[in-house]
Amino acid sequence: MKHDAVRRWISTIVVWLCGLSVLVALVPLAFILFFVVSRGVQALNWDFFTQMPVPVGELGGGFANAIVGTLMMVGIGAAFAVPVGVISGVHIAEFPATKLATMARFAADTLNGVPSIVVGVFVYGIAVMPFHQFSAMAGGLALGIMMIPIVTRTTEELIKLVPPALREGALALGATRGRATLTVVLPAAAPGIITGVVLALARIAGETAPLLFTAFNNRFLSVDPRQPISSLTVQVYTYAISPYEDWHRQAWAGALVLVTLVLTCSVLARAATRRLERLQTGH
Amino acid sequence: MLRRLRGRDLGFKIGTGAFAALIVVIVAGIGFELWRQSALSIQKFGLAFWLGDIWDPVSGEFGAKPFIWGTLYSSVLALAVATPISLGIAIFLSELCPARLRLPLTFLTELLAAIPSIVYGLWGIFVLVPAVRALEVAMPSSLRVLPIFSGPPVGVGMLSAVLILAVMVIPFTSSVAREVLKAVPGSQREAAYALGATRWEAIRAALFYARTGIIGSIILGFGRALGETMAVTMVIGNNPQIKASLFAPQYTMAAVLANEFTEAADDLHVAALIEIGLVLFAITLVVNTASRLLIWSMNRPIEARRATRIPVGAATAGGPA
Repeated sequence: MKHDAVRRWISTIVVWLCGLSVLVALVPLAFILFFVVSRGVQALNWDFFTQMPVPVGELGGGFANAIVGTLMMVGIGAAFAVPVGVISGVHIAEFPATKLATMARFAADTLNGVPSIVVGVFVYGIAVMPFHQFSAMAGGLALGIMMIPIVTRTTEELIKLVPPALREGALALGATRGRATLTVVLPAAAPGIITGVVLALARIAGETAPLLFTAFNNRFLSVDPRQPISSLTVQVYTYAISPYEDWHRQAWAGALVLVTLVLTCSVLARAATRRLERLQTGH
Repeated sequence: MLRRLRGRDLGFKIGTGAFAALIVVIVAGIGFELWRQSALSIQKFGLAFWLGDIWDPVSGEFGAKPFIWGTLYSSVLALAVATPISLGIAIFLSELCPARLRLPLTFLTELLAAIPSIVYGLWGIFVLVPAVRALEVAMPSSLRVLPIFSGPPVGVGMLSAVLILAVMVIPFTSSVAREVLKAVPGSQREAAYALGATRWEAIRAALFYARTGIIGSIILGFGRALGETMAVTMVIGNNPQIKASLFAPQYTMAAVLANEFTEAADDLHVAALIEIGLVLFAITLVVNTASRLLIWSMNRPIEARRATRIPVGAATAGGPA
């Protein structure tokens, strides 16, 4: 039997080590945010949002084409991922014990864990190779596939949180199950689902790997979904690994825009979730 | 009337079910498509693909061993760094943290998962790699003779990749481990305290109770590390060689896809790359499934036990509130 004092010492040390590990994780976070903000702010100006990239050797230029590209592909992705995700989430929550629901839940978790680069290879096979053409469509498809499982699982979780009394009330008034879900349960869960969708949008807007060989890149402004298109992330990547000082500067500006986007969405989502929780507990 | 209602309900079930089925189809489609597109390479090389260590697209020789090595080595080392820290965070946030700090600290640690991979990579190139290079240069030569520290100090290489991967894995492992610890019944800790345990000994009892779920959370982090692409591609040095040295530039499966896919000119090269994608898909599928099963099996016995315990408590203590 160890001496009591020794046991107490070990306990204190371990408790401190646990606290220390939180600090250890927060140090890189602080470092990354510090560098992204300090270097990004220096390079960020109005031109970044309004100008096109300039040829190598000239200073200046901006990311206008990349911003348009990211918005367009996130839009294409969301256009099919949100309906698919929400409806499948409704199904899984409404019929949780069926074989299909179990399989779909498993598939969504699997899809969530599939490396994003593999999703890119898959979309290359089905949407680039057959047409011999990189395209904004293919990029949007890749982003949408990554978005589906997040929306599905969020919808499922939030529908489960809706008080059963609401559904029972609708059923008691003679509504079918589908009608009760669509007109009573889903609207009640909607604010939370929208929050989840916003978070999912932020996440896919920051994806690079699935776009490398689906949307590829484009030095020019393009809004044609059948053509290759630029994106914030791919352009940051291209600029970061280039040998030009001025491009590095702009890559930091791009990173600042991405991080701001993600942080804003996270904070907003957090605030919205808080409000929801308060509404649910406080009545 | 009733029959019509039931018919409509069936329509609802089938209509929404089609979308749920679509997710299953996508996942199966990914596996099938990768397998179909890599047929050329699978037929030509067979097992040799995985045993060869020469990757030379020009002469048409494709051996994937260096990439598998790089992926596994970087992921395992990243896990070795990230696991103690992640578990420390999980323990702190679920057992020790003052209530006022819990939400903000949880939010901050999870923010690490929200930062895009490309931003990690950018930071890696311009901040981490120079720092690692300085560290490598400063390392005393008595240590440099060790095989894990051999080679020129270039900064880009395994060490930079491992550090960045570790940071990226921490939020995933720690948040699942935290959930798992939260699911441990308070009676476990109370029983330990009642026997005179110190704080750490009570936590250890909870950790032991939650062990399958904790292992699941670590494996989940492993799955994340295996597939991470951009940040690793930007700092690992992209050199297909099998070296134990932390300083050596190496390569991973995801990185070779990111670098060579758009440049691959002939069909065999593309097929070989897709085969790497197929294996990456298969590995992450197995790893993720294993971690889910462990986390589920952790939660299920608790529910079952709780269900059987309540009547006993109700008989002796007057029922639950």
